[in-house]
Amino acid sequence: MTDIIIFVLGIAVLLYVLLGGADFGAGIIEIFTGKKSIDTISKAIAPVWEANHIWLILAIVILFTGFPHVFASLTTYLHIPLLIILVGIVFRGTAFTFRYYDAIKDNTHKYYTILFRISSLLTPFFFGVTLGAIILGKIPANVHGTFYEVFISPWLNLFTFATGIFLTLLFGWLASVYLIGEAHNEETYHTFTKTSRIFLILLILSGLGVFIMAEFYELHFFKKFIHSALAIGCVVAATIAIPFIWRNIKRRNSLQTRLWAGLQTACILTGWFAVHFPVMIYIADGSHLTIWNSQAPERTMSLLVYALIVGIFLIFPAFAYLFKVFKFDNNGDESVS
Amino acid sequence: MDNFLAARLQMTVSFVFHIVFACIGMTMPWLMFIAELKWIKTGEQVYLDLAKAWSRGVAIFFAVGAVSGTVLSFELGLLWPKFMEHAGAIIGMPFSWEGTAFFMEAIALGFFLYGWKRVNKWVHLISGLVVGIAGVLSGIFVVAANAWMNSPAGFDWVNGYAINIDPVKAMFNKAWFQQALHMTIAAFASTSFAVAGIHALMQLRHKGYEFHIKAVHIALAFGTVAAMVQPISGDISAKNVAKLQPVKLAAMESLFKTSKPAPLVIGGIPDVKKEKVKYGLYIPKLLSFLAHGDFNAEVEGLDKTNKDGWPPIAIVHFAFQIMVFMGLLMVGAGILYLFFRFKWKENLEKRWWLRTLVWLTPVGFIAVEAGWIVTEVGRQPWIIYGIMKTSDAVTPMPGIQYPFYLITVIYLLLTFVVFWLMRRQIIAIHTNPQNINIHD
Repeated sequence: MTDIIIFVLGIAVLLYVLLGGADFGAGIIEIFTGKKSIDTISKAIAPVWEANHIWLILAIVILFTGFPHVFASLTTYLHIPLLIILVGIVFRGTAFTFRYYDAIKDNTHKYYTILFRISSLLTPFFFGVTLGAIILGKIPANVHGTFYEVFISPWLNLFTFATGIFLTLLFGWLASVYLIGEAHNEETYHTFTKTSRIFLILLILSGLGVFIMAEFYELHFFKKFIHSALAIGCVVAATIAIPFIWRNIKRRNSLQTRLWAGLQTACILTGWFAVHFPVMIYIADGSHLTIWNSQAPERTMSLLVYALIVGIFLIFPAFAYLFKVFKFDNNGDESVS
Repeated sequence: MDNFLAARLQMTVSFVFHIVFACIGMTMPWLMFIAELKWIKTGEQVYLDLAKAWSRGVAIFFAVGAVSGTVLSFELGLLWPKFMEHAGAIIGMPFSWEGTAFFMEAIALGFFLYGWKRVNKWVHLISGLVVGIAGVLSGIFVVAANAWMNSPAGFDWVNGYAINIDPVKAMFNKAWFQQALHMTIAAFASTSFAVAGIHALMQLRHKGYEFHIKAVHIALAFGTVAAMVQPISGDISAKNVAKLQPVKLAAMESLFKTSKPAPLVIGGIPDVKKEKVKYGLYIPKLLSFLAHGDFNAEVEGLDKTNKDGWPPIAIVHFAFQIMVFMGLLMVGAGILYLFFRFKWKENLEKRWWLRTLVWLTPVGFIAVEAGWIVTEVGRQPWIIYGIMKTSDAVTPMPGIQYPFYLITVIYLLLTFVVFWLMRRQIIAIHTNPQNINIHD
């Protein structure tokens, strides 16, 4: 039962990164590509961002139902970054919708755009910070200590900074790759192609940065990765994917590029997961909250599995149909409205 | 500010804000569905315009509702981690169903808002129906989780830990049905009256738009039915609360002494120190009847509970009175509407009637907020009734007043912007009706 739940949790996180993450990434890309890309970006994410966002809700619900101790521990010690994420989610969603739906197009759109871009940049960064803090092992076992020790130092350091940058770049890169296929004129096409290459290079560098910081904080990523066949396989696969993606960007083959980018991201997440399994949170006193010692009682877990199975049978076909209609049917007429 | 107070206030602000959008999200899809159905059946363009105009508003409300709902789901842990640590495994199930329903809602809404030209009209119409059904279901699941806090079930509490957890029993606790029923009807009544009021205002200002008259009719059809059945569901709720949470009922009515028979107090100002209600209007025996269905039944007063187990009496009392009063206003308007609709039709477009509707715009939402204050404040000092005190569940992180200020400022800003955006939508429609079709 627990295996199924962890599997679905992993899928939810993966889809949130691939889809919801890219919606944030689109806001990041907009910072660099500016005014001319607003139209393409708005049209690309408007019909899907809310559905994409629900993968996060699903992950949170699985977490607090199946692993309530993990949820309580995260929300207690990582209160501040989570709060920033929430504020970011609120501003990103509302600023985007207001910009898209405000019936009168005037100067106020400038403010929606600023808010949309800043929140699109900050939210992924703090997602990355949170993920980094979970594995860094500085989450305290209890609240004894100064405010700084308990509520700030677990997430405010160079390692989480590196994971924050990495995730931000990953989201931005995914968005730029997807947007190549959404571009409806030569100019935006070239802009997105260029951006996606720059982001790919930055992403690789920041990935190395995470590894270096991990050594610096004695997390021994290299050693851990080498010890896990799955993890090392994922790293190799993700690396092999790079030239393919590079070539496909050039060849203007948007579907293939998207697929490769998605696979590469899946590899990164799987590798990350393989290295840490079954630990969910590393605690400062050396103990761990694992899948096994933090899970809810058997009956809750089995009912959760039933709910997830029914949910998935409802959600997946509907979700696929949504993407078929808005992402794959006659893409060309995006520009006419 | 005291940390505990700040956490409670932050939860209050988040909730008071979100519930309005939740109600709109549950109701508007049904109104849009009816408008679109009428368009398909009659071919009258005005119904299509109406469905499209509404869907533009709904897109804004839905986005704010989705993000403010996300805030709440995190805040459960950010503010009450001890509560979630114990309750997560017990009431996670309705939340996971809610997640599924909400997912379907978001997907179907994508089709409804953006698919006018991309899918055929029947698929489009059905997507509207799916949004409506999923919206109501997700509301019911969330309320079931809240009902569990009022009427805990499905576990044994031993030495501060929950054992023998049964999420099914927890979800179908003794309060879930009446709470879900009352809330669903309330969502329809509040949103429908608000929609009718706004369109009545537009009708007063911009004569000659058939659009607004049709909108008022569709909204009031829902509003009237909801307002008129709500007293029945209220009665079920009152009897349920009398049984499950006698302290809450005593606080609602400011019944300080256990009485047999007990009178119903209307209005009045409770004086907690003197344990009396000043300036209230008493109707003998009525509370006994309303609470237990017997004019001579005993109703448990606050004296049966230690003072440290009392909720804030005055708040609960006033909120309850306000809720009932607002509910009765809607019932009155509903009765008038029925008479006008079927008998004295000439009144429907009279200025005084439209003005009355304008005045009634906020009453449903005031009733909803007041009702939730009764439910939530009336449960205090407990977060899980009789099991866990709210003060024991609060986060150990100090300085919660700052997140509270932050969330309050953001929500005030958003409230202002949403009002302002609605105004702009309306202006746009009247300056150029083509604006309805901006994002087909």
